[in-house]
Amino acid sequence: MKSLIKQLVETPGPSGFEYEIRDVIREAIGDAADELRVDALGSLIAKKGVKTEQGLRVMISGHIDEIGLMVTHVDDRGFLRFTNIGGINPMTCYGGRVLFMDGTRGVIGMDSIESGKTPKLTDLFIDVGATSKEDCSVKVGDVCGFERPFIDLGKRMVAKSMDDRVAAAVAIEVLKRLESTPHELHFVFSTQEEVGLRGATTAAYGVDPDLGFAIDVTRSGDTPRFSPKMATALGDGPAIKVRDSSFIADPRLVDWMIKAAEEAGLPYQLEVLEAGGTDGRAIQLTRGGVPAGCVSIACRYIHSPSEMVDSDDVENAVQLLVKLLSEPIDLK
Amino acid sequence: MTENQKIQASNIPTIGDRQIELLEKLCNASAVSGDEQEVRQIVLEEIKPFADEIKVDALGNVLATKFGRGENRVRVMLAAHMDEIGFMIVKKHDDKLFQFERIGGIDERQLPGKAVLVGREHLPGVIGAKPIHMTTADERKNKIPVDALRIDLGPEIGEKVKPGDRATFATRFKRFGPSIQAKALDDRFGVAILIELLKHASENIDLLAAFTVQEEVGLRGARVVAYRFDPDMAIAVDSTPAYDLPHWDDEDQNVQYNTRLDAGPAIYVMDRATIADRRLVTLFSDAAQQEDIPYQFRQPGGGGTDAGVIHKTRAGIPSISVSVPSRYAHSAIGLARVDDWANTLRLLDAALVRVTPDLLAGERRG
Ligand SMILES: [Zn+2]
Ligand SMILES: [Zn+2]
Repeated sequence: MKSLIKQLVETPGPSGFEYEIRDVIREAIGDAADELRVDALGSLIAKKGVKTEQGLRVMISGHIDEIGLMVTHVDDRGFLRFTNIGGINPMTCYGGRVLFMDGTRGVIGMDSIESGKTPKLTDLFIDVGATSKEDCSVKVGDVCGFERPFIDLGKRMVAKSMDDRVAAAVAIEVLKRLESTPHELHFVFSTQEEVGLRGATTAAYGVDPDLGFAIDVTRSGDTPRFSPKMATALGDGPAIKVRDSSFIADPRLVDWMIKAAEEAGLPYQLEVLEAGGTDGRAIQLTRGGVPAGCVSIACRYIHSPSEMVDSDDVENAVQLLVKLLSEPIDLK
Repeated sequence: MTENQKIQASNIPTIGDRQIELLEKLCNASAVSGDEQEVRQIVLEEIKPFADEIKVDALGNVLATKFGRGENRVRVMLAAHMDEIGFMIVKKHDDKLFQFERIGGIDERQLPGKAVLVGREHLPGVIGAKPIHMTTADERKNKIPVDALRIDLGPEIGEKVKPGDRATFATRFKRFGPSIQAKALDDRFGVAILIELLKHASENIDLLAAFTVQEEVGLRGARVVAYRFDPDMAIAVDSTPAYDLPHWDDEDQNVQYNTRLDAGPAIYVMDRATIADRRLVTLFSDAAQQEDIPYQFRQPGGGGTDAGVIHKTRAGIPSISVSVPSRYAHSAIGLARVDDWANTLRLLDAALVRVTPDLLAGERRG
């Protein structure tokens, strides 16, 4: 699975520009799905299984977009000003390397600002090595992601877009391992999550599920001093979300997930996230309302160029999902 | 479109006296969000002879359809908002002085000393300010909060005003040479353009014109129109700020101008509410290049148009926005160029005649 994760995280795909990562995922799914389609906002939807009498139509959503930058101005000397796509912390930008969708590379520089002050995005610029505006191939509206290769630290893995390519890896693996299901499953590889759950909103309307859940990363409360006020820790198992700031998981889904984890002897942890949201919210609020939940992977340094997850958490998430989706769902 | 398929010749008119007169009428009308009836009336009168179907929905949006001819017509929704920013009377202090609130985004620093028109009768009022003779140097350093301001209507006239009445800036439309000065160019430009496009609709598409309400308070009207029209693709036509002014201390340092006057229609790539479908960005930039129409990309960043709710409707609608640039948006007076308006109309027409089912047949590529 590590090589799949490496391939997924190293493919660029800022929100709205998911075509390359979508192709990689489609290739990786191969014939593990019964049917593949792409909706109007670019989400890839993989259908598997036939709804039996005890079955439901289930949507499982993990977003394939990542945070990135978009060029707003090219100055006479070929320096590029930019704006954020999704939540970018300017602190993690200076000196970073970026990769444009056409393969152009660049580095991030900074205006001289008062020392000790944190830069704003407007204090930063991209230098693609152009000698003048005419020499610069990049135009206003062009898009880049951060470039930071995957590193394998043994149990832990680090890359720029574990949020949320690790979910894509989990979903692909579940599609492959799942031998039978009483359900009609729709695995949605959703777009534009980082700018407001947009892809999952339209995909959920299209799928019209009976039940759904998101797979996403969540913060991890196990780093030194002033770590996030959270019970989650790397390696403690997939996290079953109870709530975040935009969503309260259906308690019946929380219980269903806990019961499945305990039956399968899989480690799990419970997640209460004070700020943040996932595709779970978009699913829950679709049409007349949908019972919804979320399975999370604890992740350190989210939205930095070095997001860290635990490989056992990823494997256990796959096993939990296979268990959840192989059996009839009896919500109590 | 194959190479030897000829693009149908455009019959869109240029901006002449007739169009300027209509824009004047539209800009001088009062249509603060939630009470758009004055503009709606003008719209309905103008489009009645041209649209195949006209409907006013529960929120007050005007939905007008002009069917094309031939097979496989793409259903294209165009949206322009009828509402404008303004004020609402909240409290009568005596028969002359009224406390008010802002509707939509208005900088309170711009309010003191402005003339306004109150209610459906357009009663003249003034947002009062303490004369400089009476203010202290300290007072002049601070902005005056809107709660401390009053609209002064004087006796007799004031008696006709009640809480809930809306008010607009009193600015009257002026055209001089290549320029226009008016209030509410955001988005009467869009409304005027949509009317013109309906009158001269290209026949390859079904044109679904949405004159929307309550855009300035959160894109509310467009949400329900998009649901009802359920189009194949959508274009929001709006007006966007041009902040193309030099910095007083360093001429080169203005790298956040949003758009520039005289640079043509502004094509959106991304704002806070929408990432435009690149197939549509390419449709517009190609059409502009082929027809020799000047254009600019609006600087990606903040702001939002009706496209923000349209593209998320139902299972998703490929969307983009195109705007006429205008200086001093959301203030008492905007300044824009006739040529930018004319070129926006031309570009929209050029893009619409190029819409074929092939445009959306493939997958979204960014
Ligand atoms: Zn995420
Ligand atoms: Zn507007």
